[in-house]
Order: sequence, then structure tokens, then C-alpha cells
Amino acid sequence: MGDPLRFRDDPAPDEPGVTLDAFLDQKNATSVLLEAGDDVRALLPELGRVRLVEIDFPRFRDGRGFSSASILREAGYEGEIRAIGDVLVDLLFFMRRCGFDSFEPDEPFDPGAVDAALHRYPDVYQSATDGRVPIWALRHPQCATG
Amino acid sequence: MYKYDEYDQAMVDARVEEFRDQTRRRIEGHLSEDQFKPLRLKNGLYLQLHAYMLRVAVPYGTLNSRQMRKLAHIARKYDRGYGHFTTRQNIQYNWIKLAEAPDILAELATVEMHAIQTSGESIRNLSADHYAGAAPDEICDPRPWAELIRQATTFHPEFSYLPRKFKIAVIAAQEDRAALRWHDCALRIVKNETGEKGFEVYAGGGMGRTPIIAFLIREFCPASQIFSYIQAILRVWNRHARRDNIHKQRMKILVHELGEDEFRRQVEMEFAHILTLGRDFPQAEYDRIAAHFEPPPFETGLPEEVDRSDPDFALWVDRQVAAHKAPGYAIVNISLKPDGGIAGDISAEQMDLVADLAERYSFDDLRSTHVQNLVLPHVRKRDLHAVWQALDAAGLASVNLGLVTDIIACPGLDYCSLANARSIPVAQQIAERFADLNRQLDLGELKIKISGCINACGHHHAAHIGILGVDRKGTENYQLLLGGSGTEDVSQAKITGPGFDETGIVDAVERTIERYREIREPGERFLDCYRRVGMDPFKEAIYG
Ligand code: HEM
Ligand code: SF4
Repeated sequence: MGDPLRFRDDPAPDEPGVTLDAFLDQKNATSVLLEAGDDVRALLPELGRVRLVEIDFPRFRDGRGFSSASILREAGYEGEIRAIGDVLVDLLFFMRRCGFDSFEPDEPFDPGAVDAALHRYPDVYQSATDGRVPIWALRHPQCATG
Repeated sequence: MYKYDEYDQAMVDARVEEFRDQTRRRIEGHLSEDQFKPLRLKNGLYLQLHAYMLRVAVPYGTLNSRQMRKLAHIARKYDRGYGHFTTRQNIQYNWIKLAEAPDILAELATVEMHAIQTSGESIRNLSADHYAGAAPDEICDPRPWAELIRQATTFHPEFSYLPRKFKIAVIAAQEDRAALRWHDCALRIVKNETGEKGFEVYAGGGMGRTPIIAFLIREFCPASQIFSYIQAILRVWNRHARRDNIHKQRMKILVHELGEDEFRRQVEMEFAHILTLGRDFPQAEYDRIAAHFEPPPFETGLPEEVDRSDPDFALWVDRQVAAHKAPGYAIVNISLKPDGGIAGDISAEQMDLVADLAERYSFDDLRSTHVQNLVLPHVRKRDLHAVWQALDAAGLASVNLGLVTDIIACPGLDYCSLANARSIPVAQQIAERFADLNRQLDLGELKIKISGCINACGHHHAAHIGILGVDRKGTENYQLLLGGSGTEDVSQAKITGPGFDETGIVDAVERTIERYREIREPGERFLDCYRRVGMDPFKEAIYG
């Protein structure tokens, strides 16, 4: 598999992710692989040592990973969150908004499509973990919270 | 009604371009049908038996005349001259060519319409009380909230691939005209003891193969926090629903598996967390939206009396016209169930006429209902006769609101690739059998609803008399159900027993109704009679 598509400036962690159970046991592990059914909140007490969370999409229609990534960002996690598995380029925009900042899809993205997917929508209707200013705040600059 | 600003317009325009691109990739072979399917479904485009079907959102069932004329234009130019209003207040076109779908979306965008999230595993277009802003029994117009929630749930990043569809309904009245508790998330605006407005929230309703009536998950959610609460519900479901069996992924199944109390506990925990993120829309944004729904400038001093000297007109008034909150005004229900017609179907010419009437007589305001009819919400009583004459000339003045021929029927085997049996001809035969208006009026309120398969698009679970098409050894067969309701006295219909063939089901319906006539008490509705006597007397009449 090639290099992941990354939206970060730091060097990519080279330690492969271990399963959530293994990660919780191995106190020196820094990369974890979350399966779609794993409870991401089990990871929250350990966030201090996490550098990479890989979130697996067994099928692109399985949207659990969107919540997992959001919960990590809401808990203040700033390390890398990588989407792996059946990840379609048409999901990229939403994934970025939920806090994913690297991608290693089973089928590599077409680079032209990446750019189009990311820049399709001029604005967003709701705030998410990416900090984009939602339309309601653009309409009311005086009460923007971001 | 709500008017897009440049932000709303830009979002819809961007969607058109995205879909144009996706369609091009499909037609050029860069996307397989498998890959394209979820993308087109997010734009309301289904592949049916004979052609593509496009479902266009009518947010909370509100349209203006310009939009209705555009719908007529689309029917003429891209379809076969008609459209079909659905049980979720939307409109569908049955004969669409894939290559033209992006052009249709582009035309819709010019009148602030779209097909976003009208199908697929998404937060669907909201439904609402079709009398909103006109009903005497509402505590406020629910549509500003519906519009706010529409925006908040459009392209929501976390809930882009839900386990299944998610349907929201909003009302603000005692009477439930929106089949509220048959939705995944049902919101009723109420006031608490201190007079503050908020939402009574029900969760986990739905029809389909496992019908469940939504339960009261929260008695009062402050209005300003409703988006957080909806996100909490969605997140609990998105994280914990099964993903291994498409028939067990609706939220109602998770509620059932966890139990109501445990589901509520998890939602409350998530709610407390999400509130801290400050995602709710501010009051200023609510106020901005609500300003679009200010009541129209109702005239005062209008006459209340209606000249009833024309008996046909008087009949229509008694059945199709409802009380309005403003003196001198009335709500007009337009039946889309003409004699021998197809429930919900409307021709382009009829759409144009209804648009004209809305513009001329109803402050440019028009509604679609979940019973597949239309409403002119604000008509001066003194204009009723003129409106009736115009409707009558266009074949739109049927008198049957809530009566035995006001039948809901899904497209069934005439169009739908999932169907077991035809729905439309059964509806037509029942309507023919009961065509005599005096007979209908004598029977009073009676709601028949027909689905061509277990997916229940025709609401048969919520019918006084429901019909379900099943496949029996390769032939079309119909089950009969009794005792459901989709209003504030909500209940789920029960199957009577063995099924029938096409003529048999029409006979069974008639025998059921005749038995009701024999045993009813004065003034007793069919549903109340059934609730009083139970299934047995009807079974006896049906199966002998
Ligand atoms: C012909 C194309 C159609 C297809 C392929 C289709 C497909 C489906 C499916 C698969 C379900 C079951 C969903 C579930 O249980 O999760 C469903 C439910 C439903 N559909 Fe359709 N449908 C079609 C047309 C319609 C039409 C024309 C209407 C309105 C008249 C409609 C309204 C509904 C409603 C109200 C439900 C029940 C929702 C619930 O389970 O709560 N559908 N549809
Ligand atoms: S109930 Fe079945 S037959 Fe009828 S429209 Fe829905 S999926 Fe098709």
C-alpha cells in the first residue's frame, strides 16, 4: 500500500496500530486500530500517549467511524486520525469535518477527485470538530462562537 | 414562507454541480452502479421497474406558486405530464432519464428546491402539520423550527452514513395531522408550566416490516437545545445500531433491544456532553428564520357566512373546508383522490391551476399532506365558491376528505421494484365500490391505506383498514388489517387472518364495512367501533 494521504505537517507515525484491547494492555503502544464496533470512549483515559488512531471502515456505508472520530476530537485529541478500509472519495469532505486528517483507502483515491470533493461546498450549515464557521454564524457575526 | 439567502442558494447550487459530476462519471463508466447507487440515493434518485424515479423534497410540505409551476414544468418536460405526491409530503416523478436528472435538479434550484436527503440512509426531509400557520389549535407555527432543523441536518458530517433512514416530524397542535409517532423522531412543540416553549420528544417510531410507535423519550426539551438533543439521539443510534442486517438497523430496533429507559439514559448522557460543544443555533438565527413565517396580512371585517345555495358546493364545503385561526378565513383541502384516479397523482395542468389559486386566493401559500392531498391554507370564506368552481372545472373538487375513498396507496407493482402486489388497482376498485357519496358520508371517517409490500410506504399499519400486498407462491395476495391510527389516538393495525386475492380483498373490505354499519352505535366512527368490539365480529363477517 502506498503512503497515506495526509493533511498534517508532522512526520507520520510508523508504529502500526494495535487493536483496542491490545492497546489498553500494552502501556507503551502509541498507535491504535479501532474497529467499527469498538467503543472509542474506552480510549479517552489513555489519550495522552496516543499518536495515531486508525479507524476502520469495513464497508463505506458503515458510518460508525464518523462518530468515533468526532468523539476523539471533542475530547481534545490532537494526534492523527486515519480512515482506513472502504473509504470513498465522496466521503472525504464529511470525514475531514469529523476530524480525520489522514486517509489510507483500500482503493487509492483519484487525486483530481480529492480536490473536487474537498472544495465542492462553499460553506457548512453546522459546526463540527473542524472549527469551520457555520452559515448561521456568518449570518450573525455578532454571536459567532465558531 | 422561507426564502433562501445567498448561503442557502450556494449550497443547493453546489449540490447540483456535484450530482452532475457524479452522473457524468456514471454515464462514462467511471463509476459502477454499485458505487453510484448510494450517491444517487442521496439525491432522491431511485431505479424502479421501468425507469428512474426522482423524489423531490417539499420541506415540511410548504410550496409557493412559483415552485408549483416549476414542478408542473418538470412534469411536462422530463416526465409524462404528471407527478405523484407522497405520504411524506414530497413529490415523485416516475419516468426520469438518468442523463436528465442533473438538469431537473438545476431547474429546481432556481426555485429554491432540491432532492437532498430524500432517500438513502440519511436524515430525511422533515414533515410537519400541513395546517401550520392556519390551524386554530396550534400554539405556534412549527415551520420555523422545521426550517432550522432542516438546515442543521443538511449535510451533517457525522450523520452522513446512518444505519438507515431517519425521519423527523414536527407539529405544534393538539391534533396530530402528521402521523407524528410513526417517525423515528417526533417533535411536538409545547409550553411548560412557566410558559416557556420547548419540545415534547418521541423516538423510535417507524413502519416497515417491524412497526413500532415512538415512545416519549423526553417530556420537555428547551427549544434552544433541540438540535443538541436530536444529535444526541442520532449519535447513540449511529454508534450502537446493528450493521449486519439491513432489516434490523432502524432506530426503533435499537430502542427495542436496549429498552426505552436504557436508550433514554444513553441519550441523556450524550445530550449533556453535546450541549457543552455549543452547537445549537442562536436565538438570532431562529428569529431570522421565524421572520419568514410571519402570518400573512389577514384582512379584518370579512364576512363569516358562506352562501350554501348550491348543494354541490355546500357538500364540498362541509367536507373539504376546515376552520382557520383568522376570522373570515378557511382552510381548503384539495382532494387528489378523484373517482377512478391514482392517489396522489396530479397532472401538470392541475399543478398550474392550483398554483394560480394559491397565488390569487391563499397568500401564495400551498401545502402537501401526508394523506397525499393538497391544501390552500388561507382562503377568504367569501372566495370559497370561486375556488371551488375553479377546482371543479379541473377535476379537483372531489368530496372525500377522511372518507372511505380518501385512500393512501403506494406505487406498488405498477412501478416499484420491491413490490409483491399492485396497490393502485386495489385502491381504484375500492373507490369504485364506494363511489356513492351518500354511502361514504354515512360511513363517516374511515381511513384505508394500502402498501404493495412489507416496507409499508402506504402506511397500512396506521390504517383503520389496512391492506398489505404479499407474495404467496408467486401470486399476488393481500392481507387485511384493522384498527390502526396515525393521529393523536395512535395505534397499530392488526392482521385479521388469511389473505385474499385481488377481488377477494375488495369484498373483504366491503364485508368489514358492512359489519361496522350493522353494529355501530350512533355517531360511532369505524375505529372507535373496532376498539369497542374487537376483531371477532369483523372476522366472522369476513371469513364466515
Ligand atoms: C417506488 C419506489 C419506492 C421504494 C423502492 C421504496 C422503498 C422503501 C423501503 C425499502 C422502505 C422500508 C424502509 C425501512 O423499513 O427502513 C420504505 C418505507 C417507506 N416509504 Fe417507500 N419506497 C418507494 C416509494 C414510496 C412512496 C411513493 C412513498 C409515499 C407514498 C413512500 C413512503 C414511505 C414511507 C412513509 C415508508 C415508511 C417509513 C417507515 O418505515 O417509517 N415510499 N420505502
Ligand atoms: S410499500 Fe413496497 S411496494 Fe409499495 S412503494 Fe414501498 S417498497 Fe414499493
